[in-house]
Amino acid sequence: MAIFFSKREIVIPGQLLAEGRFRPSMGTYEQEGKVYSAVVGLAELRGNTVKVVPLQGVYIPREGDFVIGTITVVAGNNWKVDIGGPYLASLHANNALRRPYDDDISRYMSTGDVISAEVIAFDRNTGPFLSMKGRGLRKLEGGMLVKISPAKIPRVIGLRGSMINMIKDLLRIHAFVGQNGIIWIRSRDLEIQKLAVKAFKMIEAEAHTSNLTDRVNEMLKNALAEIKGSSSSEKPEVKGDDVTERSPDEKGAIVSEGGDVPGSDMEDTSETSPENEEAVATPESEEPVVELETSEEKDGTSDELEIPENESESKEVNEE
Amino acid sequence: MSPEKKPDNLINAEGLRVDGRRIDELRPIEMKVGVLKQADGSASIRQGKTYIIAAVYGPRELHPRHLTLNDRAYLRVVYRMTTFSVPDRKRPAPSRREKEISMVIANALSPVIFLEEFPKAVIDVFVTVIQADGGTRCAAINAASLALADAGIPMKSLVPSVAVGKAEGQLIVDLGDEEDKYGQGDIPMAILPHTEEIVLLQQDGSFTREEIIEALQMGINSCKYLHEVQKDALKAAYVGATSDEDEENDDEDDDYLDDL
Amino acid sequence: MGDWSSEIISHIDREHIISLLNKGERSDGRALDEFRPIEIEVGVVPAKAEGSALVRLGDTSVVAGVKVLVGDPFPDSPDEGFVMVTAEMSPMASPLFDIGPPREDAIELARVVDRGVRESETVDIKKLCIEHGKYVYSVFADVYPLEYDGNLIDASSIAVNAALATTRFPEMKVEDDTLVETGNILSIPLTNTAVEVTIAKIGTYLVVDPILKEEMVQDTRLTIAVDENENMTAMQKGGGTGPLTLDEIDQSMGIAIKRSHDIISAIKDAAKTIK
Repeated sequence: MAIFFSKREIVIPGQLLAEGRFRPSMGTYEQEGKVYSAVVGLAELRGNTVKVVPLQGVYIPREGDFVIGTITVVAGNNWKVDIGGPYLASLHANNALRRPYDDDISRYMSTGDVISAEVIAFDRNTGPFLSMKGRGLRKLEGGMLVKISPAKIPRVIGLRGSMINMIKDLLRIHAFVGQNGIIWIRSRDLEIQKLAVKAFKMIEAEAHTSNLTDRVNEMLKNALAEIKGSSSSEKPEVKGDDVTERSPDEKGAIVSEGGDVPGSDMEDTSETSPENEEAVATPESEEPVVELETSEEKDGTSDELEIPENESESKEVNEE
Repeated sequence: MSPEKKPDNLINAEGLRVDGRRIDELRPIEMKVGVLKQADGSASIRQGKTYIIAAVYGPRELHPRHLTLNDRAYLRVVYRMTTFSVPDRKRPAPSRREKEISMVIANALSPVIFLEEFPKAVIDVFVTVIQADGGTRCAAINAASLALADAGIPMKSLVPSVAVGKAEGQLIVDLGDEEDKYGQGDIPMAILPHTEEIVLLQQDGSFTREEIIEALQMGINSCKYLHEVQKDALKAAYVGATSDEDEENDDEDDDYLDDL
Repeated sequence: MGDWSSEIISHIDREHIISLLNKGERSDGRALDEFRPIEIEVGVVPAKAEGSALVRLGDTSVVAGVKVLVGDPFPDSPDEGFVMVTAEMSPMASPLFDIGPPREDAIELARVVDRGVRESETVDIKKLCIEHGKYVYSVFADVYPLEYDGNLIDASSIAVNAALATTRFPEMKVEDDTLVETGNILSIPLTNTAVEVTIAKIGTYLVVDPILKEEMVQDTRLTIAVDENENMTAMQKGGGTGPLTLDEIDQSMGIAIKRSHDIISAIKDAAKTIK
């Protein structure tokens, strides 16, 4: 039994990490009783489990992930959604619309539209399936998109949302953070929006360093002070976001779970998606990226029509 | 444009080669990781006057679809030489040589990549030879495996590669252009560093059975050194950004791992 | 580099770019008539190419190399050498570039950059003759993009000009019916320099040196080659089918002339480093 890495060490593919009765987990592989790293990342030991948190990589979907994507194709009752990574996602109209809906689903959402959605099923043979039934899952309008490496997203969210909540509180912006590396932000004030971009880029560049939340906080506070100083007569209007504005004729058919008044629902911090925070807070629940020793196959939903109906179906009547 | 002349001796009386190297000495080597912004992963290598850039995209959606593999990702390597990388201008269209080298590079890299993690997808490796001075396929493998790691692709290890050969009856490592052209033989090779198994092997020229084994052993030793250079280059690209302040509050603060 | 209107750009990205332009801003903070920083590194292929340059235009980068060969003159111009520019859109440079034979836009890139050099009569091709009707120097400048974030044409034009300006090759002469080196080293006989400046039209706005996202929403673009005497030596409207008014063309020429000064002096400064 021996460990060959130090705490928070950046390791590389092929680097020997441990020998003996260790369990190889995400980002590692085992060969003849030895555990090696399979990726560039930060090595970690929890109990007798060895894992490497990757510092790079394209987005590989997981069930329950909150993602932001762009519709690229409308095909029959499906939208094809680009969420990055190797597999184009499918969103079936039943998982987005209240029935009955028009045969031509491009009336509701079409090519170029950006949505927030949840990955409800994924295996590597059929590609990911999305749903828009749930809190914060909808067509996104206005604002801007920021793209960063998906491997850095956990850092953007922070421990139980600490980082993203700090940024949102400080700048009073709306932000959705997709696990796939797409962040949507919206503020009425252009300077504030730019500042948010700067913060996310800073997190991406310095993701593997310590005390990052404090440093981002400091950077933002200094920048905010400067903005206020330079426009003392004209204080930037950062309150009262218009994110909740909806034009019923255009979006009324898109389900927002439970028919909540969408506005009040959007105000809280759940925008980073509760599921994500949970996944972030409990790293042990993550599945190995490289599953050599436990190659567990998920049941593939091979036929799109077999996607189980979301139980929120019955609530949709309330929407209007 | 001036025609190159064959040197009188590839190895002189003191046992030194045309560029002053000993028979088992590599050329000066510099590898850099993360040199291109658009690619998912990238690396460059300068080995003597050879200068190569490698870029990796993916795993991503594969087009055209008929190339799709249902049980693993398709590793697609495109090795290309710029027209100005060689003494005479190379014709711009891909040559048969370039296509063959693309294939042997893919064959050398495939054993280390966990391709089965990404069925139906493609991992693209693009190699551009900016300046060619011998050993380009080997240098390409050295750079490409770094670019793959930089792209976050899960792999068993990096793959080091070198050419060994023969000149004036003596075995030599890391052939330069003249040794390649005017020497007695050339053996490009690549290994898996853990096991020393060979994943690229080509040979031309004339060698005895004993010479082949001895040359491969010399190549393995050189590859092990190259593997260290690769590891340093990869770590430098990631560790370099870590600031000193981390050392001070090391124990207090492992928030990064907690985030993940 | 050309027409990405068939590529999907999200409505949010599109509206973001346009809403910024409405406020007189661009997504990377530049003024509408401002170029990205230009970096020119010459002599990057010193052992094999007679001239070379690596050019960075923000996050776009290209490498150009020059080969000088001796060949036969064309029958209709027995006392003239020739210059040819080629470019390809290597898939290394962008996830948008395909593997395989060059598409129309790659051919357009090469031809537009080629015209910028040729039509300005940058090179005095009469001086590239070694022996009338028998031997001439043929000059090939080939461009390879390494990173593509918009405006490959201008980056390629800068790289080709810098590579040509720093090209050094051995002088040849005919002696007893065979070609021999004289021992002299020659430069390409340059009589002029023309650089290309590309302006994208987005809605009613004209922006110079567009980044990729701007190209994806542009209605059209106009590339203008401007020489040292502020003459236009080549133009190309491409990258979309949107029309241009006479006034927009006039404004574009104004921008192109203004920017061409900085670009030409950047090339000349870089060229000074090669003896």
